[in-house]
Amino acid sequence: MVRFILNRLLLIVPTFIGITLVAFIFIRLLPGDPVILMAGERGVSAERHAELMAQFGFDQPLWKQYVDYVSGLLHGNFGYSYSTKKPVLSEFMARFPATLELGLCAIVLASVLGIAAGILAAIRRGSWIDQVTMGTALVGYSMPIFWWALLLIILFSTKLGWTPVSGRIALTQFFPSVTGFMLIDSLLAGKPAAFWSAVQHLILPTIVLATIPLAVIARQTRSAMLEVLGEVYIMTAKSKGLTPRRVIWLHALRNALIPVVTTIGLQVSVLIGGAILTETIFSWPGIGKWMIDSISRRDYQVVQGGLLLIAAVVMFVNLTVDLLYGLINPRVRYR
Amino acid sequence: MSATDDPHLGTAEQEPLGPPPIAPWRESWHYFLANRGAVIGLVVLALLVLTAIFAPLLAPHDPTMQYRDALLVPPAWLERGRPEFLLGTDALGRDILSRLIFGARFSLVIGLVVVALALVSGIFVGLIAGYFGGWIDSAIMRVMDIILAFPSLLLALVLVAIIGPGLFNAMLAIAVVLQPHFARLTRGAVIAEKNREYVTAARVAGASNLRLMVRTILPNCLGPLIVQATLSFSNAILDAAALGFLGMGAQPPTPEWGTMLAEAREFITSAWWVVTMPGIAILITVLAVNLIGDGLRDTFDPKLRRS
Repeated sequence: MVRFILNRLLLIVPTFIGITLVAFIFIRLLPGDPVILMAGERGVSAERHAELMAQFGFDQPLWKQYVDYVSGLLHGNFGYSYSTKKPVLSEFMARFPATLELGLCAIVLASVLGIAAGILAAIRRGSWIDQVTMGTALVGYSMPIFWWALLLIILFSTKLGWTPVSGRIALTQFFPSVTGFMLIDSLLAGKPAAFWSAVQHLILPTIVLATIPLAVIARQTRSAMLEVLGEVYIMTAKSKGLTPRRVIWLHALRNALIPVVTTIGLQVSVLIGGAILTETIFSWPGIGKWMIDSISRRDYQVVQGGLLLIAAVVMFVNLTVDLLYGLINPRVRYR
Repeated sequence: MSATDDPHLGTAEQEPLGPPPIAPWRESWHYFLANRGAVIGLVVLALLVLTAIFAPLLAPHDPTMQYRDALLVPPAWLERGRPEFLLGTDALGRDILSRLIFGARFSLVIGLVVVALALVSGIFVGLIAGYFGGWIDSAIMRVMDIILAFPSLLLALVLVAIIGPGLFNAMLAIAVVLQPHFARLTRGAVIAEKNREYVTAARVAGASNLRLMVRTILPNCLGPLIVQATLSFSNAILDAAALGFLGMGAQPPTPEWGTMLAEAREFITSAWWVVTMPGIAILITVLAVNLIGDGLRDTFDPKLRRS
């Protein structure tokens, strides 16, 4: 097991170096002079220009710039935002909990509903339940989620008035931030009204963000379940006279869920892409909206740092899923 | 797929010596036709293609014509609706139906161009990696890993930020993001095939590297690639619409469906039809393509087919 873990850790080193290269090249590929880009429409004098070039190291040879960049990263320097003048890392940390809270709610909803729907469809294969579930899953899988979000807002926020249109919590609610998760912090502060407000704000974005992962997980669970149900050991279990319920829950499900874990892990990358759209539409103050705002504001150091940090998060999650996979599937470990 | 109508019965009686050379494709086609969803998807897609081709004949109005006396007219069947604007008009008085009809051109071309770019470059890169192996393989596949390490929409957004917003640049960016999937598939299939007897036989017979790669090995890897191409087609349409929606894809007044949605956002409370219609168009198109993709996957995967 230790060897397995070490192997996986070694594999991510080249990918991580590659990610830093992409982030490094990104700013240099932008058309135009980096300092003039930073200065924007105000422009910059010739002396100030040279000064800034030297300050950011743009006058150094490329390899030197890259080495400086990576050594900066290792010291926690991910650049500074042009617009707020704050370090990118602290801006990221300030917004990450919002995205994490939304993402966790979405992935839990998608996993629970998706696995349940997939099992149901598989054991009732060919029935109307199967057809309706898989039909719905296909629609969900094909959904342009930004449009789906607008539809939900039209129905639940403007027509019915059940949920707020945007934001994370009502502006009238105040409580200290401990964990960064509104749901937990409001309870810690002992404010049920604030908790309820946070829940209401979460419902629509969670549904929107969960839609595609939910469909993917349901489809994957169904086909994994069908594959397992055709295995010889299931026939053995059945012929031993075990009840169908026991066969499905104890013998089939355990093995069917192994590939589903990987699927859920792969959805994290999809979730972050979805978070860009979802957060933009619901004005959710997370990293997705932050990235879009920074791109349109041409705050390229933020884009560069954010790109790197997001890729690092995705890589970390994939690594965790890989290790988890080794833990639940002993066959992988000994290969 | 329903189990009752099994078109495989015809070939099941054949000698178990091995399938005849042409039959697998015909057999696949049979399976595909037996899949009701896939056929529906194919019919819808065909209708969309016809709509796109004959857009100027079908559209009742010019898609960019602004009728100043008909701003935000609701669909014809509603109160205040007008028969000449079947699906209503947008905030500038443009006929929504005509814009949707012309929008079909954009979505289908986006899908085609993106898949063509990603498929050709992915197959090229994957063939080289799989066929030559060694450090070439490692180097190429690490680059693919790096592309896949980023969430695809984010990477596409950043690429567009570098090369500038616009429909063509958005297509390029999406192709770059989708390409590694084709490269990985091709590489895997090539590695699985290249040591088979038929490849060795062709090599002994004097086939060149290029011929071995393209004529001998590649045709045997096509099944999964076709399925991936269909999935990428729908992904490309969705991603391009998302980029358009975020203002980084096609620019107004282009009647691209995602861009139309972006323009419609502010009328979410006052004029629901401006928001609803382009989304329905995107959903129907993507759904049709995904139905075809599912049908193809079932067709090419014998394991699923039998059960």
